[in-house]
Amino acid sequence: MTYLYSFLFVGIVCLIGQIILDNTKLTPGHITSLFVIIGAFLDIFSIYDWFIDNVGPGAYVPITSFGHSLIHGALARASDVGFFGLFLGAFDLTAAGIVSVIFFSFIFLLIFNPKD
Amino acid sequence: MEKKDYKRIVDSNKPKENRIANSVISFLVGGFMGVFAHLLSDFYQFTFDISSKDAATFMLLTFIILACLFTALGFFDKWVNFAKCGLIIPITGFAHSVMSAGLDYKREGPIYGIGCNMLKLAGSVIVYGIVSAVLFGSIRYIGGF
Repeated sequence: MTYLYSFLFVGIVCLIGQIILDNTKLTPGHITSLFVIIGAFLDIFSIYDWFIDNVGPGAYVPITSFGHSLIHGALARASDVGFFGLFLGAFDLTAAGIVSVIFFSFIFLLIFNPKD
Repeated sequence: MEKKDYKRIVDSNKPKENRIANSVISFLVGGFMGVFAHLLSDFYQFTFDISSKDAATFMLLTFIILACLFTALGFFDKWVNFAKCGLIIPITGFAHSVMSAGLDYKREGPIYGIGCNMLKLAGSVIVYGIVSAVLFGSIRYIGGF
């Protein structure tokens, strides 16, 4: 049953993105930035946490979870060391994603050449 | 020729995009990405006996590696053109944007080509993510929600 929730959640997020892309002049770059901001915004009232608890791992797939992980790491550190923990902890949870994107892109860039 | 007439002729010759088909395709592709992510995450959780959060991180790493590799091999661009937001909104779009920017600028050298331009498109995601996280995080921290 949770597989169906994953299907619906990711599908609906992608559908919203596609509708914005088709009906406005925004480019994919605008939409991904907007979705990251929305993901962080939904975490003010723990709405995205609710999605992750109920939907399961599927909720980590859209780019909105990137904003959620940033704010979540920041708040976790802030509860330990006070307000400046927001600056210390922002990358705590997303470090794996960013490091792996940069590392593997670099390795593959050394190996492969662009195909035209 | 009047501007109006010109605009009418241009509009009539524009390639028509089928918006409903686009939406259905991106819904289905996105949905199957979600199911695949869930299956992979469950597989990691039971095989390596780790918590569900670690399994989700491993699953994201798998998606990132696959997206980078397929972009380097050259056929991921066609998939993105077909599925559009179905592959741009998931984390694969983030990896694809880094990799394709790197491939475009590779011939300008390792420093000014790859190093400077790799995060060209993904940079906006990181910048707005950090700014909104600190801003909304301080709202939640001070407000105490």
